[in-house]
Amino acid sequence: MPTGIEPITAEEIQSLIRDALPDAQVRVRDLTGGGDHYEALVVSAAFAGKTKVARHRMVYAALQDAMVQRIHALALTTLTPEELNPAEEQNSGLVNIQTRNPR
Amino acid sequence: MANNDVLAQIDEQVKKNKIVVYMKGTPSFPMCGFSAATVQVLDSYNVPYESVNVLEDPAIREGIKRYSNWPTVPQVYINGEFVGGCDIVREMHANGELEPLIRAAAQE
Repeated sequence: MPTGIEPITAEEIQSLIRDALPDAQVRVRDLTGGGDHYEALVVSAAFAGKTKVARHRMVYAALQDAMVQRIHALALTTLTPEELNPAEEQNSGLVNIQTRNPR
Repeated sequence: MANNDVLAQIDEQVKKNKIVVYMKGTPSFPMCGFSAATVQVLDSYNVPYESVNVLEDPAIREGIKRYSNWPTVPQVYINGEFVGGCDIVREMHANGELEPLIRAAAQE
């Protein structure tokens, strides 16, 4: 464990991602409660037409130093609003995420 | 100089092997849940693949992140191309995108 580096919170991860992708719906979950293993679902129109690798790189870029120094593990799901909710184009409320995300 | 040596070493591993995974631990003894999940996917295809245990070499552990500009391990490469980490590989496995890549690489 590195010393002198504060563990990151889910809220911080969320706001770093939102800074870089302002339209994004972001849901972050602390998997262990220990502030080191997180899961994030990021839904943004900016992902359209991009590969999964490119999408994840966009999120990693948003997290920058935090990714290297403060986050031990981050499971990422990156979707466009249409992919999140293929049946109903405009309705991409967060309410639907848990039921539609196959986890 | 030493930095570039590591990147050259990684480049050689990635290009020499059809399928290679950089992971924590080994396929028989993964030392991280994400690495374990990734080798589980690879093992399901019953094809040979190479693995590199980054825990055994700190230079590779750091170098692989710079090589692919990707901040995490595991990392899977097929035919010299970075395919993704654990989440992407699992997703491609689930939606059928991974199998043709693996089969094509294993047949060559």
